[in-house]
Amino acid sequence: MKILCCCLILLLTAPFRLQADEIEVFAAASLTDALKEIASNYEKTSGDKVIFNFAASNTLEMQIKAGAPADLFFSADEAKMNDLARQGLIAKETRKDLLSNSLVIVVPGGSPAKITSASQLADPKIRKIALGQPQSVPAGIYAKTYLQKIGIWDQVFARVIPMESVRAALAAVETGNVDAGIVYKTDASHSEKVAVAFEVPIADGPAIAYPAALVRDSKHAAAAKKFLDYLSEPSSLKTFEKYGFITKG
Amino acid sequence: MNADDAQVIGLTLGSASLSTLLIFPFGVALAWLLARKEWPGKSLVETVVALPLVMPPVATGLILLNLLGRYGPIGVIMGKIFGVEIVFTWKAVVAAMAVMSFPFLVRTVRLAFEEINPRLEQVARTLGASPARVFTTITLPLAARGMMAGAVWAFARALGEFGATILVAGNIPGRTTTISVAIYSDIQLGHDGHAYELMGLSAVLAFAAILFSNQFSKLGGTR
Repeated sequence: MKILCCCLILLLTAPFRLQADEIEVFAAASLTDALKEIASNYEKTSGDKVIFNFAASNTLEMQIKAGAPADLFFSADEAKMNDLARQGLIAKETRKDLLSNSLVIVVPGGSPAKITSASQLADPKIRKIALGQPQSVPAGIYAKTYLQKIGIWDQVFARVIPMESVRAALAAVETGNVDAGIVYKTDASHSEKVAVAFEVPIADGPAIAYPAALVRDSKHAAAAKKFLDYLSEPSSLKTFEKYGFITKG
Repeated sequence: MNADDAQVIGLTLGSASLSTLLIFPFGVALAWLLARKEWPGKSLVETVVALPLVMPPVATGLILLNLLGRYGPIGVIMGKIFGVEIVFTWKAVVAAMAVMSFPFLVRTVRLAFEEINPRLEQVARTLGASPARVFTTITLPLAARGMMAGAVWAFARALGEFGATILVAGNIPGRTTTISVAIYSDIQLGHDGHAYELMGLSAVLAFAAILFSNQFSKLGGTR
């Protein structure tokens, strides 16, 4: 009887097994390490295959607009997700703000510049401050929002060196070519060549959300939804935390 | 170097080789037409071919994405009629490389054709050779080194292609990630050590390509 039951179950589930789905996940580059680790666990338990496309969130947004075969979009920037949602390209009801990050002020390792608060950036002795480009790069937009909030953007503005990505801003600090920079905590924790001078308290900083949602035209919506749910399971959240992200929930 | 790196290098070398082979006949034909013939629309074609040199690669990538994508004119034809999807596959990698390296091939080969003394061809004609025979026995051999140089230039440009590739082919590990895209990813993630390893590999590949082309020119002899 037992054997018969097993056979029956196998037989019934066979069609589903044969259709092991391939899920295409378009994810922000900063999530690469964490997502690869989570996906390899997921593939073992679910039998589905997760295929990633990692790039800057604005590149991914452009690609989805052009009809890229994405099933799931995991953005490092709410604005890009909102944009796609406005155009009806995202299944809105599936959207989750899974992660968040915080900003830190970094200085070159062994730097003589002593920074203990954000307002010290207003000091003209700090001649160059690297940020992500404050109109297009999310980390730069967040940094500008924060500096505006604490009222020193107008003093800092002229000394800002806008960089093409948050990593480029970090590299400028690492190589000692600028006196300070504002980057994500996750990026700073990777680097041994910079010192974190000041952590922006989460309550004071801008809300940095990493939203994920299904793409409306997804051909593997059911499988993609399963993976999206898996991302908020405790084991996945632990992995995200390991890489320095703040998890919600 | 690990299995992933080997795959990335294989994809990059394979795509760059295929791209160079694909554009070679068209590039040589166009270079000859530009060097030797006057025809209406010549300067327009010249400009279009040179556009990828002038525009930022990301712009070329965006144009390709809109042409080859699911809703783009070429994408629709390929998808509906042939059932072939281009974007976000290795085919898009080849397409980006081909478009970006085409001007290098055409410009170099064109110069090679222009440098041939037309008198040599005229003499052959007066001695009774047909235009086709003149082309294959005089023009082509004399332009061979230039054609080789053009192909090596195009191949090298294809190896380093990044901006158009990441837009139209994406960064899909194991499928569309080329050496340049992998280096970019590593830098974005702070894996600088691995980025430098891949840069070293690129340098080795560039060196090998140049060595190969030098050997070839020696074999070609003097003219």
